[in-house]
Amino acid sequence: MYVYDEHDRQILAERVAQFRHQTDRALAGELSEEEFLPLRLQNGLYVQRFAPMLRICVPYGMLRAEQLRRLARISRDYDKGYAHFTTRQNVQLNWPNLEDVPDILAELAEVEMHATQTSGNCIRNTTTDQFAAVQDDELVDPRPYCEIIRQWSTFHPEFAFLPRKFKIAVNASEHTDRAAIQVHDIGLQIVKNDAGELGFRVHVGGGLGRTPMVGPVIRQFLPEHDLLTYLEAVVRVYNRYGRRDNKYKARIKILVKALTPAGFAEKVEAEWAHLKDSPTKLNDGAIERVKAFFTEPAYQTVADQSEALAKLRFENKAFDQWISHNVDTHKKAGYAIVTLTVKETGTPPGDVSDRQLESIAELAETYSFGEVRITHQQNVVLADVRQDQLFDLWQAITPLGFATPNLNTLTDIICCPGGDFCALANAKSIPVAEAIQRRFDDMDFLYDLGNIDLNISGCMNACGHHHVGNIGVLGVDKKGEEFYQISLGGSSHHDATIGKILGPSFARNDMPDVIAKIIDVYVANRTEEEEFLDTYRRIGIDPFKERVYA
Amino acid sequence: MPDIITQDGTIKADNWTVVARPAAGDSLEVPSTPALIPIDLWLAGKEHFEGRDDIGVWLDSHDEPETLDGVVNELPLIAVNFPKFADGRGYSIGRLLRERYGYKNELRAIGDVLLDQLQFMKRCGFDSYALRADKDASKAKECLNFFSQGYQAATDTDVPLFRRRSS
Repeated sequence: MYVYDEHDRQILAERVAQFRHQTDRALAGELSEEEFLPLRLQNGLYVQRFAPMLRICVPYGMLRAEQLRRLARISRDYDKGYAHFTTRQNVQLNWPNLEDVPDILAELAEVEMHATQTSGNCIRNTTTDQFAAVQDDELVDPRPYCEIIRQWSTFHPEFAFLPRKFKIAVNASEHTDRAAIQVHDIGLQIVKNDAGELGFRVHVGGGLGRTPMVGPVIRQFLPEHDLLTYLEAVVRVYNRYGRRDNKYKARIKILVKALTPAGFAEKVEAEWAHLKDSPTKLNDGAIERVKAFFTEPAYQTVADQSEALAKLRFENKAFDQWISHNVDTHKKAGYAIVTLTVKETGTPPGDVSDRQLESIAELAETYSFGEVRITHQQNVVLADVRQDQLFDLWQAITPLGFATPNLNTLTDIICCPGGDFCALANAKSIPVAEAIQRRFDDMDFLYDLGNIDLNISGCMNACGHHHVGNIGVLGVDKKGEEFYQISLGGSSHHDATIGKILGPSFARNDMPDVIAKIIDVYVANRTEEEEFLDTYRRIGIDPFKERVYA
Repeated sequence: MPDIITQDGTIKADNWTVVARPAAGDSLEVPSTPALIPIDLWLAGKEHFEGRDDIGVWLDSHDEPETLDGVVNELPLIAVNFPKFADGRGYSIGRLLRERYGYKNELRAIGDVLLDQLQFMKRCGFDSYALRADKDASKAKECLNFFSQGYQAATDTDVPLFRRRSS
């Protein structure tokens, strides 16, 4: 993974000093709350319902063991001893003190971490596939491009005050899209053209929030070296022409829609014609330098352990279930990808204690070359586990609560912090997730149901990605009471789709029953091969409506 | 006139006045002292100012710098208004004037100009800043110089960090 050189270290140290200066001036009353707001947001600092919240950047989800240990220490020393994995592959602290934030940043900088641009109207953390470089179906490792984008977007002087936040995601897998690129402001799909050259298909204007949209393609093929100049052209057009009069209409998707994708593309091409050959154009040396940080770990030559594993699975049903659900195929013989689920019933999805963070660090060192990846489903991936160590690993993580074998099932819920923590929320989301997890606690039934994405957001801002859940739940406020609106049929994968609203919303207590009815309709109608989404697409929304509102 | 901060953070005094857009029906009153007038009014009647070397223009954040293509260097001073500090359009305008239209003379940020935005303005080609009157001009130098380098090419450097590293 990427390691800082003296330039990166110096820029980050200067940033820490700058934020200390800004915080001092804010505390001294030299900056108004309105003036300090974007400065603290661009450093990930929100003022939330009970305390500030600090969102720490985890570039494209990658963390080293020493960084996990530092996060554990910070959460213990400055917070209440736990942290939260977000749907943008970042980490949040829910209870730091404003005065402590400069010190927290200094501690983070020591392990090459920061909170830069994790909020605010600027270019945010670039995200990608949590299985980058360990599965066979990708063209190249997407992470070097994410790092190149990270550097270009960090403190970009022209784009610090965009009309609204701006998120970029990169996917290199040909058949799946675990990075949900089509619901990002810019989605980059790595492709090869007919001549075999590497480049990007560029989607612009996808997004969730109030006006969910799947991002249209505005360029079928962008050569690799042109990545940054083209991004600069897209963001410049947005900076100049995006709406600033209404924050709900300020995302780039609204501009793309207003101009039409073709009209927007034309403006970008005209701008890009001037920038194409500017010094920002990448070269082989620059790309190779970054790629050199993302080489393969020192894999051992080991054979696949199919027989030994089969025996263990036969003898131990719980291990068998875990392998089926939380372990994925690795491109290297004898290795496997393990997802540690952070979705134990009774704990808010994505929450980890300081001790758990330290345990993850230790697991990473023992089993996976000292690195982990945070997923946008709020879980943690050990990407390079030897198959002959899977049983040991499973035994080690079971008491830690990381082996709940519910990955991708109905209870692997994506959930924002909601009204328990967030000042923006209209409704709580964590208790809804928990009630659903309690209702569906029969693992055999869950496996039988197959893959179902259930996503919960406590408000329109859609941090829980409810629009792209196969089942989406949105908290709404009706005259001071919390209600929940359901949408069906969303998808964040290659076939990205925005879910359709089922009908009038429900009270919180009714939610487990309502979900159960939706599941009943699926079970009654599915054919043998069908996942929930397939059945929904075939039979439409009406049978669900009839059952739920009967 | 508020304090004018220069690119190196020192304070200079000058007597340029920003002439507001006249109300509909009123005519433009140009003072005899150095004056910045709305860009479209200058473009519409620039022959009237040919005898003067102390007339510049100001652009609002929605104005298009494209309209100055070919004539930028007839102007001794161009100002760009930041109506609110969170309105970032002026940064693109600055870069376009410098990098695309080759503007060589003074480029000034006016309006809601605060200390923490100076560093971005500097990198986008602004070399003087009319700091908002309630802000402490003595801190400008420090705020302009927090960073000794940036990752990107911009107006201040055409060598992005990746070119410095790989060369």
